[in-house]
Amino acid sequence: MIDVLRFSFIQHAILAGLFTSIVCGIIGSLVVVNRIVFISGGIAHASFGGIGIAYFMRLPVMPSTLGFTVLSSAVIAAVSAESKQRADATIGVIWAVGMALGIILIDLTPGYNVELMGFLFGSILTVSLFDLWMMVPLAGLIIGLTMIFYKGFLAMSFDEEFAKSKGIPVKTLYFVLMIMVGLAVVMVIRVVGLILVIALLSIPPYIAEKYTHSLKGMMFLSSLLSYFFILVGLYFSYVYNLSSGATIIMVAAGFFFLAFLVDYARKRQHVHE
Amino acid sequence: MTMDVPAIEAKNICFSYGNYPVLVDVNLVVRQKDFIAILGPNGGGKTTLIKIILGILTPQKGEVRILGESPKKVLGRVGYVPQNTNINREFPISVMDVTLMGRFGRSKYGWRYSSKDKALAREALEKVGMWEFRDHYIGELSGGQQQKVAIARALVAKPDIFIMDEPTSSIDRQSQTELYNFFRELNKEVTIVVVSHDITAISSYIKSVACVNQRLYFHDTGEITPELLNKVYHCPVDLIAHGLPHRVFRDHREFEND
Repeated sequence: MIDVLRFSFIQHAILAGLFTSIVCGIIGSLVVVNRIVFISGGIAHASFGGIGIAYFMRLPVMPSTLGFTVLSSAVIAAVSAESKQRADATIGVIWAVGMALGIILIDLTPGYNVELMGFLFGSILTVSLFDLWMMVPLAGLIIGLTMIFYKGFLAMSFDEEFAKSKGIPVKTLYFVLMIMVGLAVVMVIRVVGLILVIALLSIPPYIAEKYTHSLKGMMFLSSLLSYFFILVGLYFSYVYNLSSGATIIMVAAGFFFLAFLVDYARKRQHVHE
Repeated sequence: MTMDVPAIEAKNICFSYGNYPVLVDVNLVVRQKDFIAILGPNGGGKTTLIKIILGILTPQKGEVRILGESPKKVLGRVGYVPQNTNINREFPISVMDVTLMGRFGRSKYGWRYSSKDKALAREALEKVGMWEFRDHYIGELSGGQQQKVAIARALVAKPDIFIMDEPTSSIDRQSQTELYNFFRELNKEVTIVVVSHDITAISSYIKSVACVNQRLYFHDTGEITPELLNKVYHCPVDLIAHGLPHRVFRDHREFEND
């Protein structure tokens, strides 16, 4: 087993997993506490439009997907800024239109596109050195922005009205958050694919939330959990020859279920005491 | 700061959500060191009015002055205790971190608060008797305890004006009395604005009353009269002022917009 580590594609996968885990932990925590899981799902699926454009126009896939996704994040942010609940129909439309646009553009592109499945379900084992170099500044940007605006994000997520009364630019921060979700989605697509992105963004923070008393702690623990799920998933996918993205998600889902049971048992015990 | 500058001055405020007018030509002057209650029926515009005063909402017409300045300029001098219903109970945050949020503005960036901020947070938590709960997770606390933390969070900025929206709605009678005694003490130094629908609890603490139901009716005696309430609610109200029960029975009238 150990000797597979000398393969560069395995090394790339382990590094890509690390970068995505950090990003997933940070952005996933903000997504979960702000209850914008559905909105983030919209961004993830709309990003397929960007992949379609890249194929059709023969552009490098990751940069053009990044551009398109950030653009759709901005649109979704504008639509949902006033009321996160009432925007859900519009987000559903953007979600589907992005997917449809991607599929049509790929239909119009001559040739057979083997890599397509990789974008839908992830292909961490095919992460190139170029992809890794794209991930470093993205992860850096997300970490940096979160550190700089942490206090504002915390106040906005916990109590928006109070945050506004302190003059915290809630709308601007929400916009920044949505752009960061877009960046994170593009990174995570390489690992688990755009259909499964939302699982990796929401499962680790969901578990971490129960074991920490701070947003910082939640981000840190979610990152660790993500990395653990990715590595274990990668191991199983290698040993049993399964799709890596789906295996990672199944590992995460297994722990999600476990955490749910533990939580349930603890609550019951609490009642009996 | 001179005493003759009003703490709050709202001039000709009009506000509507879409086509539905919430506030019509509202004028309000609150003296410094006043303890004013804002009463009114649900949906009458109480919360909207204080959000305008706080600068959270911008009125379509009219102007607000806080201590002679625009609301955005004096953010640090106003402490706000929102309705308890805003709180996300599952949020992973400690009592101390909630309180520190009130220091935002002095330090905007980064993820740490200074030791001075922490000392002030301690002082505020001690004042409301919540210091021993500092490491508790906010979701573990009772509604009343959460409310006290929200008060500490507003206090920590050392505000000159304290604005509270239904501060005692989730608190039992005993703690309500404690809290109002605390507010009376606080009122020696700061102006207090309290939004409430619970006339009974506050009547013996307040110095003046404003009733809001689209329009605003002001009484600077702090006495809540049946006439005043009738004007505002347009329907019979049970009234207990200063411990003396007055029952007011009047027929329902058609809503009129005078």
